[in-house]
Amino acid sequence: MSQARQSIARTFGAHAILITYTVIALFPVFVTVINSLKSRKAIFADPLALPGPATFDLVGYQTVLKQGDFFQYFLNSMTVTVASLFFVLMFGAMAAFALSEYRFRGNMLMGLYLALGIMIPIRLGTVAILQMMVASGLVNTLTALILVYTAQGLPLAVFILSEFMRNVSADLKNAGRIDGLNEYTIFFRLVLPLVRPAMATVAVFSLIPIWNDLWFPLILAPSEATKTITLGSQVFIGQFVTNWNAVLAALSLAIVPVLVLYLIFSRQLIRGITAGAVK
Amino acid sequence: MAQRKHVRWHIAVFLAPAVLVYTALMIVPLFGTLNLSLFNLDETKTRVFAGLANFATLFGDPRWSGAFWNALANNAWFFVVHMLVQNPVGILLAALLSSPRLRFSAFYRTAIFIPTILSFVIVGFVWKLILSPIWGIAPGMLDAVGLKSLFAPWLGKEEYALTTLALISVWQFVGIPMMLIYAALLSIPDEVIEAAEMDGVTGWSQFWKIKLPLILPSIGIISILTFVGNFNAFDLIYVAQGALAGPNFATDILGTFLYRTFFGFQLQLGDPHMGATIATAMFGIILVGVCFYLFAIQTRLRRYQF
Repeated sequence: MSQARQSIARTFGAHAILITYTVIALFPVFVTVINSLKSRKAIFADPLALPGPATFDLVGYQTVLKQGDFFQYFLNSMTVTVASLFFVLMFGAMAAFALSEYRFRGNMLMGLYLALGIMIPIRLGTVAILQMMVASGLVNTLTALILVYTAQGLPLAVFILSEFMRNVSADLKNAGRIDGLNEYTIFFRLVLPLVRPAMATVAVFSLIPIWNDLWFPLILAPSEATKTITLGSQVFIGQFVTNWNAVLAALSLAIVPVLVLYLIFSRQLIRGITAGAVK
Repeated sequence: MAQRKHVRWHIAVFLAPAVLVYTALMIVPLFGTLNLSLFNLDETKTRVFAGLANFATLFGDPRWSGAFWNALANNAWFFVVHMLVQNPVGILLAALLSSPRLRFSAFYRTAIFIPTILSFVIVGFVWKLILSPIWGIAPGMLDAVGLKSLFAPWLGKEEYALTTLALISVWQFVGIPMMLIYAALLSIPDEVIEAAEMDGVTGWSQFWKIKLPLILPSIGIISILTFVGNFNAFDLIYVAQGALAGPNFATDILGTFLYRTFFGFQLQLGDPHMGATIATAMFGIILVGVCFYLFAIQTRLRRYQF
Protein backbone atom coordinates (compact mmCIF):
# COMPACT_ATOMS: atom_id res chain seq x y z
CA MET A 1 0.00 0.00 0.00
CA SER A 2 2.43 2.64 1.20
CA GLN A 3 4.93 1.36 -1.36
CA ALA A 4 2.46 2.02 -4.16
CA ARG A 5 1.62 5.48 -2.88
CA GLN A 6 5.30 6.31 -2.57
CA SER A 7 5.89 5.24 -6.16
CA ILE A 8 3.00 7.38 -7.41
CA ALA A 9 4.45 10.34 -5.54
CA ARG A 10 7.82 9.68 -7.08
CA THR A 11 6.43 9.45 -10.62
CA PHE A 12 4.51 12.65 -10.02
CA GLY A 13 7.65 14.39 -8.78
CA ALA A 14 9.65 13.20 -11.79
CA HIS A 15 7.04 14.53 -14.19
CA ALA A 16 6.84 17.83 -12.31
CA ILE A 17 10.60 18.41 -12.62
CA LEU A 18 10.72 17.33 -16.26
CA ILE A 19 7.74 19.47 -17.24
CA THR A 20 9.25 22.48 -15.47
CA TYR A 21 12.50 22.05 -17.32
CA THR A 22 10.76 21.46 -20.65
CA VAL A 23 8.92 24.75 -20.16
CA ILE A 24 12.21 26.52 -19.40
CA ALA A 25 13.77 24.99 -22.51
CA LEU A 26 10.93 25.86 -24.87
CA PHE A 27 9.70 29.17 -23.42
CA PRO A 28 12.17 31.52 -25.18
CA VAL A 29 11.57 29.87 -28.56
CA PHE A 30 7.81 29.99 -28.03
CA VAL A 31 7.81 33.67 -27.01
CA THR A 32 9.89 34.61 -30.06
CA VAL A 33 7.73 32.79 -32.56
CA ILE A 34 4.35 33.99 -31.25
CA ASN A 35 5.48 37.60 -31.01
CA SER A 36 6.91 37.58 -34.51
CA LEU A 37 3.33 37.16 -35.74
CA LYS A 38 1.95 40.16 -33.84
CA SER A 39 1.71 43.87 -34.49
CA ARG A 40 4.21 46.17 -32.86
CA LYS A 41 1.71 47.45 -30.34
CA ALA A 42 0.62 43.98 -29.30
CA ILE A 43 4.22 42.84 -28.82
CA PHE A 44 4.63 45.37 -26.05
CA ALA A 45 1.09 45.40 -24.69
CA ASP A 46 0.98 41.72 -23.82
CA PRO A 47 4.08 39.77 -24.84
CA LEU A 48 2.78 36.44 -23.57
CA ALA A 49 -0.54 36.46 -25.43
CA LEU A 50 -1.06 34.34 -28.51
CA PRO A 51 -1.62 36.29 -31.73
CA GLY A 52 -5.36 36.83 -32.20
CA PRO A 53 -7.32 38.28 -35.13
CA ALA A 54 -6.86 41.79 -33.74
CA THR A 55 -3.13 41.52 -33.18
CA PHE A 56 -2.03 39.28 -36.06
CA ASP A 57 0.47 41.05 -38.29
CA LEU A 58 3.17 39.88 -40.69
CA VAL A 59 4.93 43.24 -41.01
CA GLY A 60 8.13 41.83 -39.49
CA TYR A 61 8.41 39.11 -42.12
CA GLN A 62 7.75 41.63 -44.89
CA THR A 63 10.61 43.83 -43.65
CA VAL A 64 12.99 40.88 -43.42
CA LEU A 65 12.22 39.56 -46.87
CA LYS A 66 12.50 43.03 -48.39
CA GLN A 67 15.77 43.97 -46.68
CA GLY A 68 18.18 41.11 -46.21
CA ASP A 69 19.06 38.73 -48.98
CA PHE A 70 18.06 35.83 -46.79
CA PHE A 71 17.52 33.44 -49.63
CA GLN A 72 21.13 33.89 -50.78
CA TYR A 73 22.39 33.46 -47.19
CA PHE A 74 20.36 30.31 -46.85
CA LEU A 75 21.78 28.93 -50.10
CA ASN A 76 25.32 29.73 -48.93
CA SER A 77 24.72 27.94 -45.64
CA MET A 78 23.28 24.94 -47.47
CA THR A 79 26.21 24.79 -49.92
CA VAL A 80 28.80 25.03 -47.17
CA THR A 81 27.08 22.52 -44.89
CA VAL A 82 26.31 19.92 -47.54
CA ALA A 83 29.74 20.10 -49.17
CA SER A 84 31.58 19.96 -45.83
CA LEU A 85 29.44 17.05 -44.66
CA PHE A 86 30.14 15.17 -47.89
CA PHE A 87 33.90 15.56 -47.50
CA VAL A 88 33.87 14.83 -43.77
CA LEU A 89 31.92 11.60 -44.33
CA MET A 90 33.86 10.54 -47.44
CA PHE A 91 37.38 11.24 -46.22
CA GLY A 92 36.51 10.26 -42.65
CA ALA A 93 35.10 6.89 -43.71
CA MET A 94 38.10 6.19 -45.96
CA ALA A 95 40.59 6.96 -43.21
CA ALA A 96 38.54 5.04 -40.64
CA PHE A 97 38.51 2.03 -42.96
CA ALA A 98 42.28 2.14 -43.39
CA LEU A 99 42.80 2.40 -39.63
CA SER A 100 40.36 -0.33 -38.64
CA GLU A 101 40.93 -2.79 -41.49
CA TYR A 102 44.66 -2.96 -42.11
CA ARG A 103 47.56 -3.59 -39.82
CA PHE A 104 50.50 -1.46 -40.79
CA ARG A 105 53.37 0.25 -39.05
CA GLY A 106 52.24 3.50 -37.43
CA ASN A 107 48.55 2.57 -37.41
CA MET A 108 48.20 3.37 -33.72
CA LEU A 109 50.19 6.61 -34.07
CA MET A 110 48.12 7.74 -37.05
CA GLY A 111 44.93 7.09 -35.08
CA LEU A 112 46.20 9.20 -32.18
CA TYR A 113 47.35 11.94 -34.54
CA LEU A 114 43.90 12.19 -36.10
CA ALA A 115 42.17 12.01 -32.71
CA LEU A 116 44.20 14.94 -31.39
CA GLY A 117 41.83 17.31 -33.18
CA ILE A 118 38.91 16.22 -30.97
CA MET A 119 40.53 17.92 -27.98
CA ILE A 120 42.28 20.87 -29.63
CA PRO A 121 39.88 23.42 -31.13
CA ILE A 122 40.67 24.48 -34.71
CA ARG A 123 39.95 28.10 -33.78
CA LEU A 124 43.35 28.43 -32.14
CA GLY A 125 44.90 28.19 -35.60
CA THR A 126 42.72 31.00 -36.97
CA VAL A 127 45.57 33.49 -37.22
CA ALA A 128 47.56 31.19 -39.50
CA ILE A 129 44.49 29.93 -41.39
CA LEU A 130 43.59 33.48 -42.34
CA GLN A 131 47.12 34.20 -43.56
CA MET A 132 47.02 31.00 -45.59
CA MET A 133 43.66 31.88 -47.14
CA VAL A 134 44.86 35.40 -47.97
CA ALA A 135 47.98 33.97 -49.60
CA SER A 136 45.99 31.53 -51.71
CA GLY A 137 43.29 34.06 -52.59
CA LEU A 138 40.50 32.05 -50.95
CA VAL A 139 39.26 34.79 -48.63
CA ASN A 140 35.58 35.50 -49.16
CA THR A 141 34.93 32.24 -50.93
CA LEU A 142 32.78 29.39 -49.74
CA THR A 143 35.68 27.05 -50.54
CA ALA A 144 37.63 28.45 -47.58
CA LEU A 145 34.77 27.62 -45.22
CA ILE A 146 34.29 24.15 -46.69
CA LEU A 147 37.99 23.36 -46.27
CA VAL A 148 38.04 24.54 -42.65
CA TYR A 149 34.86 22.70 -41.67
CA THR A 150 36.08 19.52 -43.34
CA ALA A 151 39.25 19.64 -41.26
CA GLN A 152 37.22 20.47 -38.16
CA GLY A 153 34.81 17.55 -38.60
CA LEU A 154 37.34 14.87 -39.59
CA PRO A 155 38.79 13.89 -36.17
CA LEU A 156 35.45 12.98 -34.61
CA ALA A 157 34.24 11.31 -37.82
CA VAL A 158 37.34 9.09 -38.04
CA PHE A 159 37.07 8.25 -34.35
CA ILE A 160 33.40 7.23 -34.40
CA LEU A 161 33.46 5.50 -37.80
CA SER A 162 36.51 3.38 -37.03
CA GLU A 163 34.75 2.13 -33.88
CA PHE A 164 31.82 1.04 -36.00
CA MET A 165 33.90 -0.42 -38.82
CA ARG A 166 35.63 -2.80 -36.43
CA ASN A 167 32.27 -4.52 -36.07
CA VAL A 168 31.78 -5.22 -39.78
CA SER A 169 32.09 -8.95 -40.24
CA ALA A 170 35.54 -10.01 -41.45
CA ASP A 171 34.04 -13.07 -43.15
CA LEU A 172 32.04 -10.85 -45.45
CA LYS A 173 35.10 -8.88 -46.53
CA ASN A 174 37.18 -12.02 -46.98
CA ALA A 175 34.42 -13.58 -49.04
CA GLY A 176 34.57 -10.50 -51.23
CA ARG A 177 38.34 -10.84 -51.55
CA ILE A 178 38.06 -14.48 -52.57
CA ASP A 179 35.53 -13.45 -55.21
CA GLY A 180 38.20 -11.18 -56.61
CA LEU A 181 36.97 -7.79 -55.45
CA ASN A 182 39.72 -5.26 -54.93
CA GLU A 183 40.06 -3.24 -51.73
CA TYR A 184 38.28 -0.20 -53.14
CA THR A 185 35.24 -2.19 -54.21
CA ILE A 186 35.13 -3.87 -50.81
CA PHE A 187 35.08 -0.49 -49.15
CA PHE A 188 32.55 1.22 -51.41
CA ARG A 189 30.25 -1.70 -52.15
CA LEU A 190 30.39 -3.83 -48.98
CA VAL A 191 31.48 -1.79 -45.99
CA LEU A 192 30.04 1.66 -46.69
CA PRO A 193 26.40 0.53 -46.97
CA LEU A 194 26.76 -1.41 -43.70
CA VAL A 195 27.93 1.58 -41.64
CA ARG A 196 25.23 3.91 -42.96
CA PRO A 197 23.61 4.35 -39.49
CA ALA A 198 26.96 5.42 -38.06
CA MET A 199 27.40 7.85 -40.96
CA ALA A 200 24.04 9.41 -40.12
CA THR A 201 25.15 9.89 -36.51
CA VAL A 202 28.37 11.57 -37.60
CA ALA A 203 26.43 13.71 -40.05
CA VAL A 204 24.11 15.05 -37.38
CA PHE A 205 26.98 15.68 -34.95
CA SER A 206 29.00 17.57 -37.56
CA LEU A 207 26.03 19.44 -39.01
CA ILE A 208 25.03 21.43 -35.91
CA PRO A 209 28.38 23.19 -35.30
CA ILE A 210 28.89 23.88 -39.03
CA TRP A 211 25.44 25.37 -39.56
CA ASN A 212 25.61 27.46 -36.39
CA ASP A 213 29.22 28.68 -36.62
CA LEU A 214 29.76 32.42 -36.49
CA TRP A 215 33.53 32.61 -36.03
CA PHE A 216 34.82 31.41 -39.41
CA PRO A 217 32.17 33.10 -41.61
CA LEU A 218 32.91 36.34 -39.75
CA ILE A 219 36.65 36.03 -40.34
CA LEU A 220 37.05 34.14 -43.61
CA ALA A 221 33.97 35.05 -45.65
CA PRO A 222 32.19 38.20 -44.42
CA SER A 223 31.38 39.56 -47.90
CA GLU A 224 27.76 40.02 -48.93
CA ALA A 225 27.88 37.23 -51.53
CA THR A 226 29.28 34.60 -49.17
CA LYS A 227 27.49 35.36 -45.88
CA THR A 228 25.98 32.33 -44.21
CA ILE A 229 22.55 32.51 -42.63
CA THR A 230 24.04 32.65 -39.13
CA LEU A 231 26.26 35.63 -39.96
CA GLY A 232 23.54 37.19 -42.11
CA SER A 233 20.97 37.16 -39.33
CA GLN A 234 23.55 38.44 -36.84
CA VAL A 235 24.32 41.43 -39.06
CA PHE A 236 20.67 42.01 -39.91
CA ILE A 237 19.59 41.96 -36.27
CA GLY A 238 22.42 44.32 -35.39
CA GLN A 239 21.16 46.86 -37.95
CA PHE A 240 17.46 46.54 -37.12
CA VAL A 241 17.90 46.33 -33.39
CA THR A 242 15.07 48.79 -32.65
CA ASN A 243 12.64 47.29 -35.16
CA TRP A 244 11.22 44.58 -32.94
CA ASN A 245 8.92 43.09 -35.55
CA ALA A 246 11.80 42.59 -37.95
CA VAL A 247 14.15 41.20 -35.29
CA LEU A 248 11.60 38.70 -34.02
CA ALA A 249 10.71 37.66 -37.57
CA ALA A 250 14.38 37.19 -38.48
CA LEU A 251 14.93 35.10 -35.35
CA SER A 252 11.90 32.95 -36.13
CA LEU A 253 13.06 32.46 -39.71
CA ALA A 254 16.42 31.30 -38.39
CA ILE A 255 14.88 28.96 -35.81
CA VAL A 256 12.26 27.19 -37.90
CA PRO A 257 14.41 25.38 -40.53
CA VAL A 258 16.76 23.98 -37.88
CA LEU A 259 13.82 22.98 -35.73
CA VAL A 260 12.13 21.12 -38.57
CA LEU A 261 15.35 19.32 -39.50
CA TYR A 262 15.90 18.39 -35.87
CA LEU A 263 12.40 17.01 -35.42
CA ILE A 264 12.85 14.88 -38.55
CA PHE A 265 16.23 13.52 -37.46
CA SER A 266 15.84 13.51 -33.68
CA ARG A 267 15.20 9.79 -33.44
CA GLN A 268 18.34 9.11 -35.46
CA LEU A 269 20.35 11.53 -33.34
CA ILE A 270 19.23 10.07 -30.02
CA ARG A 271 19.74 6.53 -31.25
CA GLY A 272 23.21 7.50 -32.41
CA ILE A 273 24.17 9.02 -29.09
CA THR A 274 22.89 6.10 -27.06
CA ALA A 275 24.36 3.49 -29.42
CA GLY A 276 27.77 5.14 -29.24
CA ALA A 277 27.78 5.07 -25.45
CA VAL A 278 26.33 1.63 -24.99
CA LYS A 279 29.11 0.05 -26.97
CA MET B 1 61.30 -18.73 -49.39
CA ALA B 2 60.87 -15.34 -47.86
CA GLN B 3 58.05 -13.58 -49.57
CA ARG B 4 58.72 -9.92 -50.19
CA LYS B 5 55.91 -7.73 -48.99
CA HIS B 6 54.55 -5.51 -51.70
CA VAL B 7 53.61 -1.94 -50.93
CA ARG B 8 49.94 -1.74 -50.12
CA TRP B 9 49.09 1.45 -51.95
CA HIS B 10 45.40 1.31 -51.12
CA ILE B 11 46.15 2.09 -47.46
CA ALA B 12 47.84 5.32 -48.51
CA VAL B 13 44.99 6.15 -50.89
CA PHE B 14 42.42 5.64 -48.13
CA LEU B 15 44.35 7.73 -45.62
CA ALA B 16 45.67 10.49 -47.84
CA PRO B 17 42.68 12.84 -48.25
CA ALA B 18 41.83 12.96 -44.54
CA VAL B 19 45.42 13.29 -43.42
CA LEU B 20 46.20 15.98 -45.99
CA VAL B 21 43.19 18.19 -45.23
CA TYR B 22 43.56 17.70 -41.49
CA THR B 23 47.27 18.43 -41.50
CA ALA B 24 47.03 21.42 -43.82
CA LEU B 25 44.13 23.15 -42.07
CA MET B 26 44.48 22.07 -38.48
CA ILE B 27 47.97 21.02 -37.49
CA VAL B 28 49.99 23.38 -39.71
CA PRO B 29 47.96 26.49 -38.74
CA LEU B 30 48.20 25.52 -35.09
CA PHE B 31 51.98 25.38 -35.30
CA GLY B 32 51.91 28.50 -37.44
CA THR B 33 50.12 30.28 -34.63
CA LEU B 34 52.55 28.96 -32.04
CA ASN B 35 55.41 30.12 -34.25
CA LEU B 36 53.92 33.55 -34.91
CA SER B 37 53.70 34.22 -31.20
CA LEU B 38 57.51 34.14 -31.02
CA PHE B 39 57.91 37.08 -33.42
CA ASN B 40 57.19 40.76 -33.25
CA LEU B 41 57.52 43.90 -35.33
CA ASP B 42 60.30 46.39 -34.61
CA GLU B 43 60.16 50.15 -35.29
CA THR B 44 60.74 49.70 -39.01
CA LYS B 45 57.86 47.24 -39.29
CA THR B 46 60.08 44.29 -40.07
CA ARG B 47 59.46 40.98 -38.39
CA VAL B 48 62.04 40.09 -35.76
CA PHE B 49 62.40 37.10 -33.53
CA ALA B 50 61.21 38.08 -30.08
CA GLY B 51 61.56 34.83 -28.16
CA LEU B 52 59.21 34.80 -25.22
CA ALA B 53 59.00 38.60 -25.03
CA ASN B 54 55.37 38.59 -26.21
CA PHE B 55 54.43 36.31 -23.35
CA ALA B 56 56.27 38.53 -20.89
CA THR B 57 54.24 41.46 -22.27
CA LEU B 58 50.98 39.53 -22.07
CA PHE B 59 51.49 38.34 -18.50
CA GLY B 60 53.43 41.29 -17.07
CA ASP B 61 53.01 44.54 -19.01
CA PRO B 62 50.22 46.50 -17.31
CA ARG B 63 48.71 47.51 -20.69
CA TRP B 64 48.09 43.86 -21.57
CA SER B 65 48.18 41.84 -18.37
CA GLY B 66 45.17 43.53 -16.80
CA ALA B 67 42.96 42.56 -19.74
CA PHE B 68 44.46 39.08 -19.95
CA TRP B 69 44.04 38.18 -16.28
CA ASN B 70 40.55 39.68 -16.33
CA ALA B 71 39.61 37.51 -19.31
CA LEU B 72 41.17 34.44 -17.71
CA ALA B 73 39.37 34.99 -14.40
CA ASN B 74 36.06 35.56 -16.19
CA ASN B 75 36.64 32.43 -18.24
CA ALA B 76 37.35 30.44 -15.08
CA TRP B 77 34.10 31.68 -13.51
CA PHE B 78 32.24 30.86 -16.73
CA PHE B 79 33.57 27.30 -16.42
CA VAL B 80 32.74 27.06 -12.69
CA VAL B 81 29.11 28.03 -13.36
CA HIS B 82 28.87 25.33 -16.02
CA MET B 83 30.32 22.71 -13.70
CA LEU B 84 28.07 23.71 -10.80
CA VAL B 85 24.83 24.14 -12.73
CA GLN B 86 24.94 22.49 -16.16
CA ASN B 87 26.37 19.11 -15.18
CA PRO B 88 24.30 18.49 -12.00
CA VAL B 89 21.10 19.57 -13.77
CA GLY B 90 22.02 17.36 -16.73
CA ILE B 91 22.60 14.39 -14.42
CA LEU B 92 19.33 14.99 -12.59
CA LEU B 93 17.33 15.18 -15.82
CA ALA B 94 19.06 12.06 -17.18
CA ALA B 95 18.37 10.16 -13.94
CA LEU B 96 14.69 11.07 -14.10
CA LEU B 97 14.45 10.25 -17.81
CA SER B 98 16.05 6.85 -17.42
CA SER B 99 13.67 5.66 -14.74
CA PRO B 100 11.75 2.72 -16.17
CA ARG B 101 8.10 3.03 -17.12
CA LEU B 102 8.29 6.81 -17.37
CA ARG B 103 5.73 8.03 -19.89
CA PHE B 104 6.45 10.75 -22.47
CA SER B 105 10.19 10.32 -21.98
CA ALA B 106 10.82 10.63 -25.74
CA PHE B 107 8.95 13.93 -25.74
CA TYR B 108 10.94 15.33 -22.79
CA ARG B 109 14.21 14.21 -24.35
CA THR B 110 13.42 15.86 -27.67
CA ALA B 111 12.16 19.08 -26.09
CA ILE B 112 15.03 19.57 -23.65
CA PHE B 113 17.57 19.06 -26.42
CA ILE B 114 16.07 21.77 -28.66
CA PRO B 115 18.11 24.73 -27.27
CA THR B 116 21.32 22.84 -28.07
CA ILE B 117 20.61 22.82 -31.81
CA LEU B 118 19.94 26.57 -31.99
CA SER B 119 22.74 28.87 -33.06
CA PHE B 120 24.38 31.29 -30.65
CA VAL B 121 22.95 34.17 -32.65
CA ILE B 122 19.42 33.06 -31.91
CA VAL B 123 20.11 32.17 -28.29
CA GLY B 124 21.95 35.42 -27.56
CA PHE B 125 19.32 37.69 -29.07
CA VAL B 126 16.29 35.84 -27.77
CA TRP B 127 17.59 36.03 -24.20
CA LYS B 128 18.62 39.62 -24.67
CA LEU B 129 15.06 40.44 -25.67
CA ILE B 130 13.53 38.45 -22.83
CA LEU B 131 15.78 40.00 -20.19
CA SER B 132 15.40 43.46 -21.67
CA PRO B 133 13.76 45.96 -19.31
CA ILE B 134 12.10 47.61 -22.35
CA TRP B 135 10.07 44.60 -23.38
CA GLY B 136 9.23 43.58 -19.88
CA ILE B 137 8.79 39.82 -20.15
CA ALA B 138 11.20 39.05 -17.31
CA PRO B 139 10.00 41.87 -14.98
CA GLY B 140 6.38 41.05 -15.86
CA MET B 141 6.84 37.40 -14.93
CA LEU B 142 8.63 38.24 -11.68
CA ASP B 143 5.81 40.67 -10.91
CA ALA B 144 3.29 37.88 -11.37
CA VAL B 145 4.90 35.92 -8.53
CA GLY B 146 5.44 39.02 -6.41
CA LEU B 147 9.20 39.24 -6.83
CA LYS B 148 9.43 42.31 -9.02
CA SER B 149 11.93 43.93 -6.67
CA LEU B 150 14.43 41.24 -7.65
CA PHE B 151 14.52 42.36 -11.27
CA ALA B 152 17.58 44.15 -12.54
CA PRO B 153 18.88 44.67 -16.08
CA TRP B 154 21.10 41.64 -15.54
CA LEU B 155 23.01 41.82 -18.80
CA GLY B 156 23.85 45.47 -18.23
CA LYS B 157 25.20 45.27 -14.68
CA GLU B 158 28.88 44.52 -14.23
CA GLU B 159 28.31 42.25 -11.24
CA TYR B 160 25.62 40.08 -12.87
CA ALA B 161 26.35 40.10 -16.59
CA LEU B 162 28.90 37.28 -16.70
CA THR B 163 26.88 34.95 -14.49
CA THR B 164 23.76 35.67 -16.54
CA LEU B 165 25.57 34.81 -19.76
CA ALA B 166 27.00 31.66 -18.20
CA LEU B 167 23.50 30.61 -17.20
CA ILE B 168 22.21 31.30 -20.72
CA SER B 169 24.98 29.08 -22.04
CA VAL B 170 24.00 26.43 -19.49
CA TRP B 171 20.41 26.69 -20.71
CA GLN B 172 21.61 26.10 -24.23
CA PHE B 173 23.93 23.16 -23.58
CA VAL B 174 22.34 21.21 -20.75
CA GLY B 175 21.07 18.75 -23.36
CA ILE B 176 24.57 17.40 -24.00
CA PRO B 177 25.37 16.13 -20.46
CA MET B 178 21.78 14.98 -20.21
CA MET B 179 22.08 12.83 -23.34
CA LEU B 180 25.51 11.40 -22.53
CA ILE B 181 24.57 10.52 -18.93
CA TYR B 182 21.25 9.13 -20.12
CA ALA B 183 23.11 6.85 -22.53
CA ALA B 184 25.50 5.78 -19.76
CA LEU B 185 22.60 5.02 -17.40
CA LEU B 186 20.86 2.93 -20.06
CA SER B 187 24.00 0.86 -20.52
CA ILE B 188 24.02 -0.32 -16.89
CA PRO B 189 22.96 -3.97 -17.08
CA ASP B 190 19.62 -4.92 -15.58
CA GLU B 191 21.22 -7.63 -13.44
CA VAL B 192 23.15 -5.02 -11.46
CA ILE B 193 19.98 -3.05 -10.77
CA GLU B 194 18.04 -6.22 -9.93
CA ALA B 195 20.75 -7.35 -7.52
CA ALA B 196 20.59 -3.96 -5.82
CA GLU B 197 16.81 -4.23 -5.52
CA MET B 198 17.13 -7.69 -4.00
CA ASP B 199 19.37 -6.17 -1.36
CA GLY B 200 16.79 -3.47 -0.70
CA VAL B 201 18.73 -0.64 -2.33
CA THR B 202 16.15 1.42 -4.22
CA GLY B 203 15.31 4.98 -5.16
CA TRP B 204 17.84 7.67 -4.34
CA SER B 205 20.20 5.44 -2.40
CA GLN B 206 20.30 3.18 -5.46
CA PHE B 207 21.23 6.17 -7.56
CA TRP B 208 23.98 7.35 -5.21
CA LYS B 209 25.45 3.97 -4.33
CA ILE B 210 25.06 1.96 -7.54
CA LYS B 211 24.47 4.12 -10.58
CA LEU B 212 26.61 7.17 -9.83
CA PRO B 213 29.87 5.20 -9.37
CA LEU B 214 29.14 3.44 -12.67
CA ILE B 215 28.66 6.63 -14.64
CA LEU B 216 31.67 8.49 -13.19
CA PRO B 217 33.75 7.96 -16.37
CA SER B 218 31.00 9.64 -18.40
CA ILE B 219 30.91 12.55 -15.95
CA GLY B 220 34.67 12.85 -16.39
CA ILE B 221 34.34 13.04 -20.18
CA ILE B 222 31.59 15.64 -19.87
CA SER B 223 33.74 17.74 -17.55
CA ILE B 224 36.66 17.79 -19.96
CA LEU B 225 34.39 18.55 -22.92
CA THR B 226 32.87 21.42 -20.92
CA PHE B 227 36.36 22.67 -20.11
CA VAL B 228 37.53 22.66 -23.74
CA GLY B 229 34.26 24.21 -24.91
CA ASN B 230 34.26 26.97 -22.29
CA PHE B 231 37.87 28.04 -22.75
CA ASN B 232 37.19 28.22 -26.48
CA ALA B 233 33.86 30.07 -26.20
CA PHE B 234 33.31 33.26 -28.13
CA ASP B 235 30.03 33.37 -30.05
CA LEU B 236 27.53 33.87 -27.24
CA ILE B 237 29.44 36.77 -25.68
CA TYR B 238 30.07 38.34 -29.09
CA VAL B 239 26.40 38.15 -30.05
CA ALA B 240 24.99 39.33 -26.74
CA GLN B 241 27.56 41.93 -25.69
CA GLY B 242 29.62 42.69 -28.80
CA ALA B 243 33.37 42.41 -29.22
CA LEU B 244 33.96 44.85 -26.38
CA ALA B 245 32.34 42.35 -23.99
CA GLY B 246 30.64 45.03 -21.95
CA PRO B 247 29.70 46.40 -19.53
CA ASN B 248 33.27 47.57 -18.95
CA PHE B 249 34.84 44.22 -20.02
CA ALA B 250 32.93 42.42 -17.26
CA THR B 251 32.10 39.58 -19.67
CA ASP B 252 35.40 39.50 -21.54
CA ILE B 253 36.65 35.93 -21.94
CA LEU B 254 39.70 34.60 -23.77
CA GLY B 255 37.84 34.12 -27.08
CA THR B 256 36.61 37.73 -27.27
CA PHE B 257 39.99 39.01 -26.07
CA LEU B 258 41.68 37.06 -28.88
CA TYR B 259 39.23 38.38 -31.46
CA ARG B 260 39.71 42.02 -30.38
CA THR B 261 43.46 41.73 -30.24
CA PHE B 262 43.92 40.00 -33.55
CA PHE B 263 41.41 41.88 -35.66
CA GLY B 264 41.31 45.16 -33.79
CA PHE B 265 38.14 46.87 -32.78
CA GLN B 266 37.13 50.50 -33.11
CA LEU B 267 40.14 52.49 -31.88
CA GLN B 268 42.32 49.49 -31.21
CA LEU B 269 44.49 48.28 -34.11
CA GLY B 270 44.76 44.60 -34.91
CA ASP B 271 47.99 42.91 -33.80
CA PRO B 272 48.56 39.42 -35.27
CA HIS B 273 51.57 38.73 -33.08
CA MET B 274 49.85 39.47 -29.80
CA GLY B 275 46.78 37.65 -31.13
CA ALA B 276 48.90 34.59 -31.79
CA THR B 277 50.38 34.97 -28.31
CA ILE B 278 46.91 34.88 -26.77
CA ALA B 279 45.92 31.89 -28.93
CA THR B 280 49.10 30.11 -27.76
CA ALA B 281 48.26 30.89 -24.14
CA MET B 282 44.77 29.44 -24.71
CA PHE B 283 46.35 26.39 -26.32
CA GLY B 284 48.55 25.98 -23.25
CA ILE B 285 45.62 26.30 -20.87
CA ILE B 286 43.55 23.73 -22.78
CA LEU B 287 46.54 21.40 -23.06
CA VAL B 288 47.21 21.59 -19.31
CA GLY B 289 43.54 20.90 -18.59
CA VAL B 290 43.36 17.94 -20.96
CA CYS B 291 46.63 16.45 -19.64
CA PHE B 292 45.47 16.92 -16.06
CA TYR B 293 42.31 15.05 -16.92
CA LEU B 294 44.06 12.27 -18.83
CA PHE B 295 46.80 11.62 -16.27
CA ALA B 296 45.41 12.68 -12.91
CA ILE B 297 41.72 11.89 -13.18
CA GLN B 298 41.10 9.33 -15.88
CA THR B 299 43.73 6.92 -14.56
CA ARG B 300 42.11 7.00 -11.12
CA LEU B 301 38.59 6.40 -12.33
CA ARG B 302 37.51 2.84 -11.71
CA ARG B 303 36.01 1.24 -14.76
CA TYR B 304 33.68 -1.66 -14.36
CA GLN B 305 33.45 -4.35 -16.99
CA PHE B 306 30.21 -6.19 -17.32
